[in-house]
Amino acid sequence: MGGGVVVSTTSVLGGVVKRREDPALIRGTGLYVDDLQLPGMLHVAFVRSPYAHARVVSVDASDAEGMAGVRAVYTAADVAHLGDLVTQVAVGKLRPLLAGDKVNHLGEAVAMVVADTRYGARDAADAVDVEYDPLDPVIDLKEAASDAALVHEDMESNVLLAWEGGPWGDEEAIAATQQAIADAKAQDDTVSVSFEAVNQRLLPMPIEPRSVVADWNVGYGRFTVHSSTQIAHALAGGIAQTFGLSLTDVRCIAPEVGGGFGCKLNVYNDEILVCFASQQLGRPVKFTETRRDAAGSTIHGRGWVATATITGTGDGQILGYELDGIADMGAYSQNFTVAIPFLGLFVGAGQYTFPTHWKVACVHTHTMTTDAYRGAGRPEAAYYLERAIDAFAREIGMDPAEVRRKNFIPADKFPGAATHIGFPMDTGDYETNLDALLETAGYEDLKAERDRLRTEGRLVGLGLATYVEVCGFGPSALVDLGFSWAAYKIPSGFSGSGLVRVQADGTASVIIGTGPTGQGHQTAWAQIVSNQLGIPVENIRVSHGDTAESPLGIGTFGSRSAAVDGSATYEAANKVRAKAADLAAHLLEASADDIMFADGGAHVAGSPDQQVSWSDIATLAYQPHRLPEGMEGGLEAHAVFSPGNATWPFGSHLALVEVDGDTGDVKLLRYIAMDDCGNVINPMIVDGQIHGGLAQGIGQAMFEDGDYEADGNLLKWSFVEYPLPTSADLPSFELHRTVTPTDINPLGVKGIGEAGTIGSAQTVVNAVVDALSPLGVTHVDMPLRPKRVWEAIQAAKTNGSVS
Amino acid sequence: MHVSLTVNGQRAVTDVEPRTLLVHLLREELGLTGTHVGCDTSYCGACTVILDGKTVKSCTMLAVQAQGAEVTTIEGLAANGDLHPVQEGFWERHGLQCGFCTPGMIMSAVGLLSENGSPSEDEIRHGLEGNLCRCTGYHNIVRAVEYAAAKMRGEEPPAAEWEEGSS
Repeated sequence: MGGGVVVSTTSVLGGVVKRREDPALIRGTGLYVDDLQLPGMLHVAFVRSPYAHARVVSVDASDAEGMAGVRAVYTAADVAHLGDLVTQVAVGKLRPLLAGDKVNHLGEAVAMVVADTRYGARDAADAVDVEYDPLDPVIDLKEAASDAALVHEDMESNVLLAWEGGPWGDEEAIAATQQAIADAKAQDDTVSVSFEAVNQRLLPMPIEPRSVVADWNVGYGRFTVHSSTQIAHALAGGIAQTFGLSLTDVRCIAPEVGGGFGCKLNVYNDEILVCFASQQLGRPVKFTETRRDAAGSTIHGRGWVATATITGTGDGQILGYELDGIADMGAYSQNFTVAIPFLGLFVGAGQYTFPTHWKVACVHTHTMTTDAYRGAGRPEAAYYLERAIDAFAREIGMDPAEVRRKNFIPADKFPGAATHIGFPMDTGDYETNLDALLETAGYEDLKAERDRLRTEGRLVGLGLATYVEVCGFGPSALVDLGFSWAAYKIPSGFSGSGLVRVQADGTASVIIGTGPTGQGHQTAWAQIVSNQLGIPVENIRVSHGDTAESPLGIGTFGSRSAAVDGSATYEAANKVRAKAADLAAHLLEASADDIMFADGGAHVAGSPDQQVSWSDIATLAYQPHRLPEGMEGGLEAHAVFSPGNATWPFGSHLALVEVDGDTGDVKLLRYIAMDDCGNVINPMIVDGQIHGGLAQGIGQAMFEDGDYEADGNLLKWSFVEYPLPTSADLPSFELHRTVTPTDINPLGVKGIGEAGTIGSAQTVVNAVVDALSPLGVTHVDMPLRPKRVWEAIQAAKTNGSVS
Repeated sequence: MHVSLTVNGQRAVTDVEPRTLLVHLLREELGLTGTHVGCDTSYCGACTVILDGKTVKSCTMLAVQAQGAEVTTIEGLAANGDLHPVQEGFWERHGLQCGFCTPGMIMSAVGLLSENGSPSEDEIRHGLEGNLCRCTGYHNIVRAVEYAAAKMRGEEPPAAEWEEGSS
């Protein structure tokens, strides 16, 4: 390419740059969807089912319709022509936009009220009289899997499918693996440890409730939709698909989005329904969730029960690992629902080489849909595996770090290593990472201190866990496996895109296909472009989230934005650099090959004093009559990056806890993480991602529980019943990293959004079980709230395992 | 009902339904959308403002209860356009990610520091317990408040962790 040089005097890639987005957010001038007030805007409230499973006998909206300021009340019949909610992985029962003759989970929308004011809409929703005939719900996962009662009477089974490895469902390979494990179990010198554990349902609960404003312009025949979504392009396509419009007829804008964690990675029925109402009423229509709406009607995560069995010899060699589980899909499948355990299957054997048989069945129940919540399948997989490794280490009396080290995929297997299902991995050096953690943490000293405190009768525990993550989705070829996004009219799927435009004054606009929910894209992408062009970060403005202007990108999830869309932006910047080199060569009367970019401009190698600025270069670009013949005007480029694989970050975490034996209260004393996400664009942002990820994993381990009651009730309507970790619950975290760049993308970055969550729940639980192990406790289910821990202690004492 | 109050130094007079919450008066009548609503139950603290010198959760208070009060919202914190040390601390120490809890968190931190100019880490953590953040794990919020506390005492703030090369 022209220029042929990569020069940066800024060292901006890999350095700490304060965030470009912060000045607005700390002044309160960031625009979130609910801040938006459009002329004539109407407000929506939903009438929601108070039952998990019931026939809808009648809906009487006459009182509501007669209330002042009420514009319309819509029920299922009004929207039947729009079909079910548009869904990417359409396996299982799809969600009706509004429930018809049956409701299938608590909080399911039965009617939509549209009124002049927010308060008026809620009043009218309360006045809609729905008569229900309650039915028995199917809530328990084992009961659901048994098909003793069907969730949907028109389906043959509650079980939608089971994810099972072997290589890509190869039945012979699966049978061979099972035989190898059975043979290992039959050996005289092996021991097997087995346990059942719940990986409880979680509520994503970003602090910003979801909000959407739809505005149908009948003259243009076009929707403008503001939504707090992670997937603006998919939402635009989903609306277009539903209403029979083209992609250009729907403009979706995701402005500031107040956290997502996967739950805004769905097209929701409320997003479709406000569009419908706006079209019907000719007015902009807004829906903003209450926290109660968010708890019961935005997707949930996790919700598994599984039995893990691990088999090996007394010298620490593991010869087989089996996971047999059931995952709760809820009543309806949405965007990724049944695909979530599939992500767990990829990393079901973690960093290890041993034969693994992994099978998780996906079942419907009368509960809210589950889908992607931070980590999405991978935390569940890592949880069972790493709990099993610890259980095995305890059984054979070997240090858990040593057991792990003995079973790692060795570093010299890379490149070329593959997962237990035969999927290729990019790069890895697990032993170096683990050793770095143990040395940095002072593992031997911590163990000695723990043992000393134990002699004083204190319940102190150390917990270790490792993880390997699949993320940075890609590969583009996932499209060919059925994850095509075609339902949302954007079949290009798992590629990424970026557009770099140098303005006439020498500043740069970067427009990207994905939008952040707090990950700092405006800063990190400016760093990528600044590094390639030498334009200072403060002269680069990154915009995103408006489908009318941004190139196609599927969204920010699965720790993929930097690896995929960041790489596309890097390549777009390189294209701009190549053209700029030609332009600068013309101005400096030199060869493009000799042009260097530095200090906010360009010069000929060896003559840094003869500099042209980016403004000079851009001015020439926008005055095409001055250009040499054959050169096009303008100075911008778009690039699409097609990743050849996902990326595979990894790490090791260590927790130190103390349990109060009288109350069961767990205190997390130290948390030390050694993560490896490849190259780092901005270490400040990367650390921030890990901090937040840890808090969510620790939240699962210690506090959060989104499970339904046996009758299908969900007693988790607010932050009182669903406690997020507070500042007083967590310690400061001790973060470190090793750096093993990926070869999948030119930046060498792997992704860091979910690693903290994937690595942490089992680390904390392993620590607590270690603390209680002198009492004979081998397992406690999450969350480790005091009552549950206290009960485990009492049970151990009653069982007489304590002398 | 008629309500008059002072918000960020400006007198505001308006008519509201008696049941109107203070946060909706601020956001929807006065257009001050920096104060956010996160939970409806006074638990998350995204709606925190300072009312007559005390931090209050404005989703828990009726607008009419603020009759005659002096209210400061996030928009009023940067005096003459200069960032308040707490705002500066959040920027300098990466105390925010999505930014949704941030205005309330900043107002609570301002309230905390007005009562205790030299809080320990533990005091900061307990002082901000009534404000939830789902993004940061609070680690850098604590660093941000430590930064602001030092600045407000006229001292050099502690070095950033990345300046110490901690990782």
